[in-house]
Amino acid sequence: MITYLSLFKMRLTQGLQYRVAAFAGILTQFFWGFMYIMIYQAFYQSTNTIQPISLHQLITTVWLQQSLLALIMLWFRNNEIIKLITKGDIAYELCRPVDLYGIWFSRLAAQRLSSALLRFFPILLIAYFLPYPYNFSLPNNFVTFILFLITLVLGLFIVISLSMLIYISMFYTLSGVGSILIFGVIGEFLAGLTIPIPLMPKTLIIITYLLPFRYTSDLPFRIYAGNIAYKEAIISIFVQIFWIITLYIIGKLWLKKALNKVVIQGG
Amino acid sequence: MIQLANICKNYQIYQKKQGVLQAFQSLIHREYKIINALDDITFNINEGEIIGYIGPNGAGKSTTIKIMSGILVPDSGTCNILGFTPWKQRKEYVRHIGVVFGQRSQLWWDVPVLDSYYLLKDIYKVPLKQFKTNLDLLTTKLDLGDILNTPVRQLSLGQKMRCEIAAALLHDPKILFLDEPTIGLDAISKLKVRKFIKEINHEKKLTIILTTHDMNDIEALAKRIILIGKGKILLDGSLPELRQKFTAHKIITICYLTKKDCPIPYKIIAETENKVKLAIDVTKNSISEVINKLSNCYDICDISVDTRSIEEIIVDLYKEYQI
Repeated sequence: MITYLSLFKMRLTQGLQYRVAAFAGILTQFFWGFMYIMIYQAFYQSTNTIQPISLHQLITTVWLQQSLLALIMLWFRNNEIIKLITKGDIAYELCRPVDLYGIWFSRLAAQRLSSALLRFFPILLIAYFLPYPYNFSLPNNFVTFILFLITLVLGLFIVISLSMLIYISMFYTLSGVGSILIFGVIGEFLAGLTIPIPLMPKTLIIITYLLPFRYTSDLPFRIYAGNIAYKEAIISIFVQIFWIITLYIIGKLWLKKALNKVVIQGG
Repeated sequence: MIQLANICKNYQIYQKKQGVLQAFQSLIHREYKIINALDDITFNINEGEIIGYIGPNGAGKSTTIKIMSGILVPDSGTCNILGFTPWKQRKEYVRHIGVVFGQRSQLWWDVPVLDSYYLLKDIYKVPLKQFKTNLDLLTTKLDLGDILNTPVRQLSLGQKMRCEIAAALLHDPKILFLDEPTIGLDAISKLKVRKFIKEINHEKKLTIILTTHDMNDIEALAKRIILIGKGKILLDGSLPELRQKFTAHKIITICYLTKKDCPIPYKIIAETENKVKLAIDVTKNSISEVINKLSNCYDICDISVDTRSIEEIIVDLYKEYQI
């Protein structure tokens, strides 16, 4: 455990160095945030039927999405691991008395956390002071907030287990772009990051509920916004745990298989 | 201590023909070529030995090292190192070995060297006291004092290599694999690295397996050589043995002022004006006798007696085995 912790620490301090990147990221996220809000507003104004999620709730999830982007996006990639695989530096990783799945997992977690830690606070702070209904608001009560935190952390585990599968697939494809792009686009849609899940047609909602993707972002954010009741939230936590275990087992087995036939690239 | 028996490894290489049309063709049908990287490799290594593992590029040196360090899985054959099968018990096994790949880096690029060392300490779970002792020893021996707090990206190649070697020894391994540790280093750095390898082998009874293209490395370090070519072991023996086998003759070069007309009973390799180079078979002639005879024929102004360099021997060997 101490091994993973110190690897995590190393990566975290490294990630926190990139201040300019964080600043640029914050600006981009505001741009996207406003764009989504304008689209939703136009949509809500053009219809008289009552939607399953209120505009203000939706806007709250938009700000959470934008500020915690690094925690939830599948396309968020770790170039170090890609390089390890495609250039063959994985040789050194395999000479260490540690579990490869474990080190990569902690690396990915640290990278996402360091990136999110630099960005989330300024975005939420500014969004908080925007006029209603464009503002980001605090959760209704403390229980909601705790449920949000738990589902967010478990969601992060799901995201990382899913990205582990992407990285393992690179042993076969040897390309860092293809796998991430395909997974990224499909995953983003099924996680409700393109169209909010409550606004999707019924059948599509069922599909998203059967797949792991929505449990990474849609679930925690809608809990925060007050769009998901406690009972459903608690059931969903068990679904999250189920996905974490399943994805972990798949990843472990697949990695083992991949390593048996690994070719160290580049002599 | 290290036993390899009948290790074989093939690589499948995807053949891509040049050209756009061929690129489209390969979308449908791909051609592969099978390369025998290792073909029936067998050897034993005892504790405390320094082995020079040599061969031309693509001979299978690195592949062997990777199999021995548990990274690659061979197609067939057995390997027993310290009682482990490297690729099967990888996690338990690699604790006991240190590896340096001269062309790769195990240090974290952006952070000071010392940070990487502390990370390795945690990865290998080295107790703090032992870690400090090792670090002190390595710092003095490899002269790292000034560079431990420098980020890796700002180190010179020689400094980096010394740091890499230290990194591989922090956890007291029993076997050290060095894959081209002197690649790209200048003469002084090479000497430093060699001196260190020799000392550490002597003091810690460390078994060292070294691959290199620099024959001076071999000459300075390895008592035993394993020569590999096209995936096969061609020669396994000590350096003097190798010398004896391939250098039963010495090279005598003489400069002369005048030459008498008398027959020379030795093989002349090269002759220019006032200079002649002869190959002498020392098993048949004694050197003093040869010099005696030569001084009768030539009015000598300078003479040198040389053994053939190890480099030349290796080139001969490569030629002989056609690799």
